[in-house]
Amino acid sequence: MCGKFGDCVVVLPLLCLKGTLIFNFIPVPESFKPMFQKITRSAFAFVIALLLSSISAYAAPDGKAIFQSNCASCHNPLKDATGPHLQGVDGRVPSKDWIYNWVHNSSAVIASGDKYANELYNKWGKTNMTPFPGLSKEEIDAVVTYVNSVKAPTPGGETPGATGEAPAENNGWLYTIITLALVVLMIILWRANAGLRRVASEKEGLPVEKEIPVYRNKVFIAVAAIVVFIAAGYWIVNGAINMGRQQNYQPQQPIFYSHKVHAGINQINCLYCHAGAEKSRQAMIPSPNICMNCHKQINEYTGEKEYPLYTAEGKKVDGTAEIHKLYEYAGWDPVKKEYKRKANGDIDAKPISWVKIHNLPDHVYFNHSQHVKVGQVQCQRCHGPIQDMDEVYQFAPLSMGWCINCHRQTQVQFANNNYYSIFEKYHQELQAGKRTGVTVEDIGGLECQRCHY
Amino acid sequence: MSQKQYWKGLDELNNTDAHKEVVENEFRESLPFDVSDSLLGSTAPRRDFLKYLGFSTAAAILAASCEMPVRRAIPYAIKPEDIVPGVPNYYASTFTDGGDYCAVIIKTRDGRPIKLEGNPKSSITKGGTSARVQASVLNLYDKARLRQPQADGKEASFDAIDRQIKEALTANARPAYILTSSILSPSTKEVIAQFLAKYPGSKHVVADPVSYSGMLMANEASYGKRALPSYHFEKAETIVSLGADFLGTWLSPIEFAKQYSSGRRISAQNLKMSKHYQVESVHSLTGANADHRATCRPSESGAVAVALYNAVVNGTVPSFGSKKLNEVITKAAADLKKGNGLVVSGSNDVSVQTVVNAINDKIGANGTTINWGVASNYKQGIDADMVALVEAMNAGQVGTLIIHGLNPVYEYHDSKKFVDGLAKVPVTVSTADRMDETAQKVKFVIPDHHFLENWGDAEPKTGFFSLQQPGIAPLFKTRAFQDNLMTWAGATGTYADFWKQYWMGKLGSQANFDQTLQEGILEPAAETISGAAFSGNVSDAIAKVSANKVATGMEVVVYQKVAIGHGGAWSNNPWLLEMPDPITKATWDNYAAVSPLRAKELHAELNGQNEVDAKKHVIKVKAGGVEMELPIVVVPGMHNDVVAVALGFGRDAKVGRAAASDATKGGKNAYPFTSFNGQTVMYTAPATVEETGKLYDIAITQTHHSYEGRPVVHEFTAEEFAKNPNALIEERFEEIGKFTALPWSEGKKEEGHKEENAGEMAEKMDEGFRENGTMFPNYDNEPSHQGIHWGMSFDLNSCIGCGACVVGCQAENNISVVGKEHVAKAHEMHWIRIDRYFSGMPEDPDSIQTVFQPMTCQHCDNAPCENVCPVSATNHSSEGLNQMAYNRCIGTKYCANNCPYKVRHFNWMDWNGADCFDDNLYEDGRRDDMNDDLTRMVLNPDVTVRSRGVMEKCSFCVQRLQDGKLNAKKAGRPLIDGEVKTACQQACPTDAITFGNYYDKESAIYKLRQKDQKERLFYVLEQIHTLPNVSYLAKVRNTDEIVAGNEKLDGMMNEHI
Repeated sequence: MCGKFGDCVVVLPLLCLKGTLIFNFIPVPESFKPMFQKITRSAFAFVIALLLSSISAYAAPDGKAIFQSNCASCHNPLKDATGPHLQGVDGRVPSKDWIYNWVHNSSAVIASGDKYANELYNKWGKTNMTPFPGLSKEEIDAVVTYVNSVKAPTPGGETPGATGEAPAENNGWLYTIITLALVVLMIILWRANAGLRRVASEKEGLPVEKEIPVYRNKVFIAVAAIVVFIAAGYWIVNGAINMGRQQNYQPQQPIFYSHKVHAGINQINCLYCHAGAEKSRQAMIPSPNICMNCHKQINEYTGEKEYPLYTAEGKKVDGTAEIHKLYEYAGWDPVKKEYKRKANGDIDAKPISWVKIHNLPDHVYFNHSQHVKVGQVQCQRCHGPIQDMDEVYQFAPLSMGWCINCHRQTQVQFANNNYYSIFEKYHQELQAGKRTGVTVEDIGGLECQRCHY
Repeated sequence: MSQKQYWKGLDELNNTDAHKEVVENEFRESLPFDVSDSLLGSTAPRRDFLKYLGFSTAAAILAASCEMPVRRAIPYAIKPEDIVPGVPNYYASTFTDGGDYCAVIIKTRDGRPIKLEGNPKSSITKGGTSARVQASVLNLYDKARLRQPQADGKEASFDAIDRQIKEALTANARPAYILTSSILSPSTKEVIAQFLAKYPGSKHVVADPVSYSGMLMANEASYGKRALPSYHFEKAETIVSLGADFLGTWLSPIEFAKQYSSGRRISAQNLKMSKHYQVESVHSLTGANADHRATCRPSESGAVAVALYNAVVNGTVPSFGSKKLNEVITKAAADLKKGNGLVVSGSNDVSVQTVVNAINDKIGANGTTINWGVASNYKQGIDADMVALVEAMNAGQVGTLIIHGLNPVYEYHDSKKFVDGLAKVPVTVSTADRMDETAQKVKFVIPDHHFLENWGDAEPKTGFFSLQQPGIAPLFKTRAFQDNLMTWAGATGTYADFWKQYWMGKLGSQANFDQTLQEGILEPAAETISGAAFSGNVSDAIAKVSANKVATGMEVVVYQKVAIGHGGAWSNNPWLLEMPDPITKATWDNYAAVSPLRAKELHAELNGQNEVDAKKHVIKVKAGGVEMELPIVVVPGMHNDVVAVALGFGRDAKVGRAAASDATKGGKNAYPFTSFNGQTVMYTAPATVEETGKLYDIAITQTHHSYEGRPVVHEFTAEEFAKNPNALIEERFEEIGKFTALPWSEGKKEEGHKEENAGEMAEKMDEGFRENGTMFPNYDNEPSHQGIHWGMSFDLNSCIGCGACVVGCQAENNISVVGKEHVAKAHEMHWIRIDRYFSGMPEDPDSIQTVFQPMTCQHCDNAPCENVCPVSATNHSSEGLNQMAYNRCIGTKYCANNCPYKVRHFNWMDWNGADCFDDNLYEDGRRDDMNDDLTRMVLNPDVTVRSRGVMEKCSFCVQRLQDGKLNAKKAGRPLIDGEVKTACQQACPTDAITFGNYYDKESAIYKLRQKDQKERLFYVLEQIHTLPNVSYLAKVRNTDEIVAGNEKLDGMMNEHI
């Protein structure tokens, strides 16, 4: 037995060879826990809110939401931006049908020789508006209603809705102290009891057993050794499993880009920037020219009062300065309002070297489009409350167990996608009521070569 | 069945002791420590154990606990509109190499070309590719490519070079010569014409490394045009090839392989197939596929053509010494006379080709199987022109020499004379992409773009165009050959502009241009076949041929390997170097191929150095004043008096690390064996051979992965098959019939259920065997087994063994190159290999028949490998895939031991730097450039690069399957049959591979197995109930007897050697 412990002693210092290693093994500190709970809670709340909002969206088109996700990148209700301001648009244009036609396919309207359309086209630098053939007339009406309802902000008027995030209560430390105090009390009482018994025995002249110190008590050594062995084993195994995982990794990025400001407050659709999520294995980090679609106009951060920006360490961030960092990369001259160009006429842009947060090992194949487009999985399901993050952190562990769990529980879009018509037996079972749904696992979603090849 | 004897090599046939040992020890090296009793009995085994344990734990901890690096994600600065990161783009383009042609589609990922596929829209190559086309993408990332133009061996700028050359051209004291290989590009020809017009007196000389002058000149004499016709092997019912390797290397092998295989698709419903006669002196890929094959001396090939002519015209019975040869000529002549015949010859002798033309004329081939209305432009070089140029150079009559696409210092038959002449030319320019033998001797080297970096076009056949668009911007400071000429001729603009104008002019509108560029092909609606009037002088040709002395003693034949071809950049392509030669299965070297009988005489027979041992006897070959020491590789089916040496080896060190040759590696240059006969270059010569007593290592894969004589190939003659198409079903029933029903089931007969109708029997047999052939449950009944079940089928009749699939798979699946030393240890990693089986008597080359069998993971539904994996790293998917999870594998190799098909490959070394340990990469000096940052750009990002210590094998290209399924899901529709193709299937030039979803009753694979080809269907080692998902279709040979089934021959065989 001693031999075995000897081995342990050999191995453990090896484990500690690297300082950083020890850190890997320490479980998440207690003080972080509230944050996680909060995140989980808010993620849950968000998902529910999202579900609710999508339900309400079916009832009546939400003009604001449609505007934010489709129009806001080029239009402002009140100010001219890439395109003209939209308030009062219904009054300016020839007819309501004209708006529908324009939105669905503006170049066709221009090509038809429409006078107003051509004037507009020439005035706005002969750039076509992106067509939105998918928007229904009701939705366009809702957008018009919304832009007309927007009021100009009165300077210094509204006070920000203080979120008042009171730190969650935690009594853990109190219980710990009480437990420790009780343990100490127990030891004291036990020692006192033993001492009194010995005194009593001496007094009565009974033979006194020679007391063996605890550290030489064989039972104690055995029990302690087993406890240490189990604890160490648990600790090592857990540590080893978690090696290379980076949950909560929140690096500093070259530009303080706040998802909260963009996706949260301004409600920009995730797919506007991460267009690859529906098409490719990579969601795609947008190139600076995508940012410039909006930031040609938006050259300052105006939310200082309502939503002041802080880094994770609590340092104040100047939003406008960050936008100007973007201009550096994009090759935009904010004074002349035009791109700086190289000798050969190309825009003098530099790529931004972001720090990659979500890292999968090389032997894992993950495809965004499979999940976003086919599986209809919400971004937040894996990325957490991204719309609340100023600086992005890794929300999920991205461990295999985490993937597998989701594949076990998630139902595939079985009825809506004709691809799955080949699974005849399941369709029969569904029809016969023998089955309520088909999970990813049921169609082989746990097999190795779905992700490893 | 059991009496049929096939053998992979002579060692297997003779079952030598060394062979037995190899078969028993699948993994050939001994373990790195002593596994005897002494380990356990030693004084301190526990301490040793603890030492190993402690060390490996510490090592693992150190490796795993390295701090997580900060990884960067860098998006485009300005994203191009048509690129979505992670989604491949495809561009139609054109592969040309000298006159070799293939219409291709380039797959680019994130701006890098990573794979080439055939363009199915081309009516010439019809989507087929060759090993070289598949490997050409690796040449793009070749580390030996020049990165700068050079002047006098030093880096120089384009401007400086242009100035000097322009000065020289303008001074024009002596004329300028442009020396090129055959040019298929019409726009390039235009550029050359403009250059020649600008500098009067300058000339364009065309030469080919391997010449077809004999044919061109014979055709000029016979038909009045110096051109090659279009051949139609698919229309031919009788094909006679006199030494032409038209499936491997001759003229346009991809095109011919497509045509040839379409004329040989046989089924019980359609019994028609062409009959192929081959008379040759070496054992070529084409010869291996022939129905009737006979050998002759190389110097006899003319006489054979004459004999065939006489047999066709007068019915004269030939009188060669070889009975088989006489028989083949007589039979061939009789078949040719039936019509729809085609005779081709690989000879470069004008008279021989004239006789062949006369035969084709007599049998009415012109206008049926030979189209004179559409010329083939593949080869245009005339040897005499080249010889005249070298004379002019030596006479000091050449002012400027611009060499493009040729490497005469290496390839010219009289290299010394060329080098001498070169020294007398004041300005010499080469456009070589590397410092090859010629580039080292010229003044200026202006490296040309790789074809994947350049705009261009091709006219492989008159009126058939193919556009070439780049897949990537030039990687280095290179410049197109055409741009050179345009600059020096003082033209404005670039070749790309010129090219666009040229095609806009031809196509009329931008829309037409865009569409043509997108499709890559511009062809007439249909090819009309027309003949031509033969006006050659046959009697003169026959007289000349007969005057040629037939040599006595040995003769040397210089031939092209299917993989390496004439040399060029291919010599430095590790994928091609490691691709086993279809016939010899040798890699990385060239050698002297001789027949078993001759080898015995040279004391290189089995008892001495057998095929199992990599060490080969070296002989000295002397021919035409040239001496060369070459190792012997014994090739059954070679003529006994022939020693054959392949081209493309023996390269200079600057050609690249893989190509570099010295006494210990890289082979020898065989071009010096060629000679000029006053008219054309000859590729054969009388020779003498002598023993040297030296030994040289050759890495041959044919003895790896033995089936230990178990029958794995089925073969019938066309006659047998027509008589009883159900013979194979019955044969299979003999083997497995008794297991198709449970012993206690009702109506069970002793031998199982036997149905009257063979088709029904086949179906019931398969089902019954799956269900009842095992004591374990049938996992096909699991609820998750529905929807998709992948299946593949190889048609042994279509497979010609060319190896395009091997290299295609390598490119798609990031398969490692292991180098010669490790190939010799059976460590090669190819996921698909082509097993080559001989049958017949080794000492009689005419008796040899060859069968090719592609072998890859069979994805068994009852896989032996899965059951023995201790960590379940290999297991079965609900779609019938035998999955391999690399990151789970701990490398016990139990699976490979238990695999009856021997298709699993273990990563013995860190081939690719994929391990997390630094400095662990395997290096051998030749394959090392595979791991350069540049070369690694060829890797497919969708496939894991495997690290040391894990097992790997064919995955049915699961990344393609997943991608195909995803696309179908995104479109909301079921998978369409044929939508997903595996890499091997797509690369195959003969459509020998069928792949699809077996559960889809409309799929090609289901129909093939259950309806169209059920008579020829078989599974390899079916009786052991592995339930493979890969099936095979039996080979049907249009011949009189299958040698392997012949008891008489078997008896004789056992007496041999």
